[in-house]
Amino acid sequence: MQKSLSIDPGKCTGCQQCELACSFDNEGVFNPSKSRIKVFNFHDQGRFVPYTCTQCDEAWCLHACPVDAISLDVVTGAKIVSDAVCVGCKVCTIACPFGTINYNQSTGKVMKCDLCEGEPACADACPTDAITFVDSNWTGLEKMRSWAEKTDAALQAGA
Amino acid sequence: MAWARKILRVNLTSGTCVDEALNMDWAQKYLGQRGLATKYLTEEIDPKVDPLSPENKMIMATGPLTGTCASTAGRYSVITKGALTGAIACSNSGGFFGNEMKNAGFDMIIFEGKSPKPVYLLVQDGSSELIDAAEYWGTSCWNTEEGIKSKHGDPLLRVASIGISGEKGVKFACIVNDMDRAAGRSGVGTVMGSKNLKAVALRGTLGVKVDDASTFMAAAAAAKVVLAENAVTGQGLPAFGTQVLMNVINETGALPTRNHRDSQFEGANNISAEAMAEVRPSDGKTNLITNAACFGCTIACGRVSSIERDHYTVKDRPEYHIASGGLEYEAAWALGAATGIDDINALTFANFICNEQGFDPISFGATVGAAMEMFEDGIITTKETGGIELKWGSAEALTTLAEQCGKAEGFGAEIGLGSKLLCAKYGRPELSMSVKGQEFPAYDARGIQGMGLAYATSNRGACHLRGYTVASEVLGIPEKTDPLATDGKAGLVKAFQDATALVDSAGICVFTTFAWSMDDIAPQIDAACEGDWSVENCMSAGERIWNLERKFNLDAGFTGKDDNLPKRLMKDATKSGPAEGKTSGLDKMLPEYYAVRGWTKDGIPSNETLNRVAL
Repeated sequence: MQKSLSIDPGKCTGCQQCELACSFDNEGVFNPSKSRIKVFNFHDQGRFVPYTCTQCDEAWCLHACPVDAISLDVVTGAKIVSDAVCVGCKVCTIACPFGTINYNQSTGKVMKCDLCEGEPACADACPTDAITFVDSNWTGLEKMRSWAEKTDAALQAGA
Repeated sequence: MAWARKILRVNLTSGTCVDEALNMDWAQKYLGQRGLATKYLTEEIDPKVDPLSPENKMIMATGPLTGTCASTAGRYSVITKGALTGAIACSNSGGFFGNEMKNAGFDMIIFEGKSPKPVYLLVQDGSSELIDAAEYWGTSCWNTEEGIKSKHGDPLLRVASIGISGEKGVKFACIVNDMDRAAGRSGVGTVMGSKNLKAVALRGTLGVKVDDASTFMAAAAAAKVVLAENAVTGQGLPAFGTQVLMNVINETGALPTRNHRDSQFEGANNISAEAMAEVRPSDGKTNLITNAACFGCTIACGRVSSIERDHYTVKDRPEYHIASGGLEYEAAWALGAATGIDDINALTFANFICNEQGFDPISFGATVGAAMEMFEDGIITTKETGGIELKWGSAEALTTLAEQCGKAEGFGAEIGLGSKLLCAKYGRPELSMSVKGQEFPAYDARGIQGMGLAYATSNRGACHLRGYTVASEVLGIPEKTDPLATDGKAGLVKAFQDATALVDSAGICVFTTFAWSMDDIAPQIDAACEGDWSVENCMSAGERIWNLERKFNLDAGFTGKDDNLPKRLMKDATKSGPAEGKTSGLDKMLPEYYAVRGWTKDGIPSNETLNRVAL
């Protein structure tokens, strides 16, 4: 079974433990600026939104890469950048509609979420389950469950 | 490791920024942040210096854990000689600024001298420069933070700044970072203003390493489980914030009300966590929008609130129709119970203004309470207040004074003196509810006896965060003690003070100690840092830091006579609740405290004690 990251901004507190975990897992240091997942803080609205690569099937970044540095991990479904092949041309960063692949000045390569070989550190580190790693076919399951409950509760109340 | 091992020294008089190596011998004795910066300060300034003179220095300091994945590890502190107190000041703040400083390559920034004109400091990955701040001088913290980000085209900058109150010498001005987090107490923002330093803007991408990564990751993960499974840090604080205490402390009979004339507030429920979660009929929303975390915090106690749009404070002012840092317990108490006001919208508005213009809601609210008492007694009239009817419970008086104090205008400028100077000015010094010039926070020393001793002996003046015996006396953490008893409180206060000094030096939040003991904290420090940071060594470092602060205050001219409480708490018994009929038993506790500290009967650390703590 393939799994996907599922993000529920309503549960996010903005703590950035995901960014700490991501940077530590990938770089060996705590460094949010090198995290592949980012939490956005919409201060005046009181909203916190984690955002990262959703691993598109027809990935724009993969198709745009002129040197085939981005490949598909068939087990996890992740699109993975090979640092050995990447030339740092940044064409993928232009192609990606979501901005989730970015250039890393200190390596001269691009970086993106690679799902940590199937055990994403961000999901593991999230204290509120705002980021979970779930069955790719059912990323909407929790949302459906909560709406099912709400709908049924309303029906019961009306009965 | 953990430490960046580098200090940035900024001489504002000459306009120079110089890097220097962190003194690692001192780091091994004082850890970081509060302890280590106090060591630097005490080595570099004359304790008798005028806090607002160029000879005073101001240090922004992180701890070794700041920027790591230990829960809550995003803290920094501002250490200086306090403008409000003349004592050692150390104000701790969360938000995201502390992590950014570490990632920018510095453990601490030492500011010395005074700039000939307003400037701000910009630090980016180890490089730093002072930049003219004329365009931000005379504007708020909010305007300054947004302005600097926009000017540099970098929304990822982290900014700490002072508002107009700090520029104009309001004695309890604070330093606000990330819009609504603050190094709040003792007038550290006033010191910053006296140096013509408007703001510090940081951007860091250098990363933070730890000494023994695998041991550290295991210790940090285990400690996070402890926080998640604890009723206070896992449930109470995320759901209700510190405001969970409002009704609890009121029922304990220890909620100081109307300048400590009463110890229970009939309007407490209207300004409580429960009230913040109530749906408003006018717009179907609640005051509380969401909870929020500071950097790396898995507790997330922060409150984000909104004001009802048709409330008189914001009716035609859409700039305040936003979500922003809302009422924490201490602010709700000071703005509300201390003044007898139970209008939660008015309190939220006053709190917004405190954040926008950078001043401490505890000292502000408590000083308004003292002024109200003098108004009610006819000592202050509308002639002095410029027409403001300063009556108990007047929300309009509070919110008008908040806006005035933020700009140091009108009677608000007099409130900005703090209660000690204000009450002395009008010939009623006994009405200032303060110790060493700093106003009490939200616990009555008559109903929670240990807090009376903690206030009297706190090195930065009255403060709940130097020895929070409320944990034991009310909440039963780590074990329940009788809040009305004085027996055993000397040892309890000492234990809390020493442990807190160490926590404040590590880069983590003191709220973790609702769940964490030193057995949870020390292994994280020990794995992250070189050196031996066993539980025993951590506790002795805490005691060393406490004595170092004490020594500074004694050298500054304070004596044992300043370890006191206002006459009201010593003589006037409480009138209601479980603590009815009580006065503070400080007279009994203080000599015991000096004894357990190993200080003389005058409160001076003996040579033997100084040797024992390696000072």
